[in-house]
Amino acid sequence: MSEAGLVGIVLVSHSAAVAASVAELAKGLAGAGTAVPVAPAGGTESGDFGTSAELIAAAAASVDRGAGVAVLTDLGSAVLTVKALLAEGDELPEGTRLVDAPFVEGAVAAVVTASTGADLAAVEAAAAEAYAYRKV
Amino acid sequence: MLDADFFRRWMTAAAASVDREAERLTALDSPIGDADHGSNLQRGFRAVTDALAKEPPATPGAVLTQAGRLLISTVGGASGPLYGTLLRRTGKSLGDAAEVDAGQLAEALRAGVDAVRQLGGAAPGDKTMIDALVPAVEALGDSFAAARTAAEEGAVATTPLQARKGRASYLGERSIGHQDPGATSAALLIAALVDASAETEGDGE
Repeated sequence: MSEAGLVGIVLVSHSAAVAASVAELAKGLAGAGTAVPVAPAGGTESGDFGTSAELIAAAAASVDRGAGVAVLTDLGSAVLTVKALLAEGDELPEGTRLVDAPFVEGAVAAVVTASTGADLAAVEAAAAEAYAYRKV
Repeated sequence: MLDADFFRRWMTAAAASVDREAERLTALDSPIGDADHGSNLQRGFRAVTDALAKEPPATPGAVLTQAGRLLISTVGGASGPLYGTLLRRTGKSLGDAAEVDAGQLAEALRAGVDAVRQLGGAAPGDKTMIDALVPAVEALGDSFAAARTAAEEGAVATTPLQARKGRASYLGERSIGHQDPGATSAALLIAALVDASAETEGDGE
């Protein structure tokens, strides 16, 4: 199946392991054979905890299929770096959006929704809606 | 008037201050942060000075825009996008002019500080770099020296505050009694303006 037209998902965490694991989890829960392009951007380029603008830009470019890219982040510098890159205007693919969502639950919702061929607004809404899921 | 060379000297002076004070910045960041502020800024400002030395941009605005872009991509902590946005927005506000006066710099820096406030959502009194930058911009109309004093006083005044932004805010009342590392490094950046202008004395700064 072609990936053309699917929204791409980028997962930005201070930890490379967290970003990679959440990407794996979200793809796993979305079902076998899902073609959604998902890329983790975790930690710094030197492998430490932190945020790398370069890794984020590379991840976003790698999942861009022309339908937009939804970026989910954990906290602090991850959020600020994505916002600063978006303000820059030319470092992230056109149609890249920072999605306000809980990291794990939002990632699962985003990937599952994107796998249906939904557009960026629908993916964003699904991820944000994960905030409403109460556990107690 | 301030030309591109002045702005390169500003960045070089800031990098030298960060080098000199890196251990202190990291020490301040230890009780209320994650003990990486000094080393993060060192990495960022080294990248800035390397790039500016290799290929010096022709205008004040281009110097700051490039410096900001590099800080965003090299610092690795929250101070990267914050300082990066500060310099980039200040640089964009200066436009393509080959020379700017101190009043134009003050106005541009005000736009930069506003962009930082918008990005991070911090207000004065939240125990952040804003507490040094806002008084510095207010005093910049008088002189660089006045701006330095205002920034340093603003940084010192963060000590009794409770942090309301960033990792330190999770500590609640335990953040009280520590000078904010971001406000401290912001004061270094402003003080570097004085260093940069000291080198131009005699050629009509």
